[in-house]
Amino acid sequence: MSSTFDTVANIIAETCDIPRDTIKPESHAIEDLGIDSLDFLDIAFAIDKAFGIKLPLEQWTQEVNDGKATTEQYFVLQNLCTRIDGLVAAKGA
Amino acid sequence: MRIEYFQLIDRIVGLDTSAWTIDVEAVVPLESTIFEGHFPGQPLMPGVLLIESMAQTAGWLVIALNRFERMPFLAAVKEAKLRTFVLPGTTLRITAKLLHDGSGYAITKATITAEGKPICDAEITFRVMLFPEKSMRHAMEETAARIGFPMQALADG
Repeated sequence: MSSTFDTVANIIAETCDIPRDTIKPESHAIEDLGIDSLDFLDIAFAIDKAFGIKLPLEQWTQEVNDGKATTEQYFVLQNLCTRIDGLVAAKGA
Repeated sequence: MRIEYFQLIDRIVGLDTSAWTIDVEAVVPLESTIFEGHFPGQPLMPGVLLIESMAQTAGWLVIALNRFERMPFLAAVKEAKLRTFVLPGTTLRITAKLLHDGSGYAITKATITAEGKPICDAEITFRVMLFPEKSMRHAMEETAARIGFPMQALADG
């Protein structure tokens, strides 16, 4: 069974045509991989489907805009994967 | 349809907020200034307007599911297929289904048929956000009344 990171990295590689081996846990989706907000909708859709969750993108965006969070907290892939794991766990609780 | 004004839906035939589907009717006008250029002597409904009509149809579904609190803005059109020519006077049946209700976005699938035959289809993505201005919401509510938006469906839903 693949890890959350492997699933997310494969989604990003396929959705954005980014070489899989350049996608690392420490990669920032926006700053390092150059993913824009429209492409991230496709990624969010694929993640929502793959994990049966709903990434709270609006809440995250609001928190970043309000200065309550940094983009690194949500868009560095290892952090994103931690949040996905949390959402999956919450769903099963 | 008043295609010069982007009024591409004549009436909502069905709206099911439980099944996430909508069904509308639209008649391509016999005359329009758009046909003077598309094409001279051979009027055809522009494909981009067929895609827009699907986006408007799916958009009304998203508005309904958000109970007029949020507005969908066209973000992406994928796998758009324009399968045949559409002539002035054609009655179109446009249907859409919500595939995914994301956080701040919606993924839909829309289809146009005429007399049961497929005309075009596409997957359409919207960004969904609060109305930027109250006036925009009021304008949408006025349009909703014109096209027979079933407000009762929201009350029941």
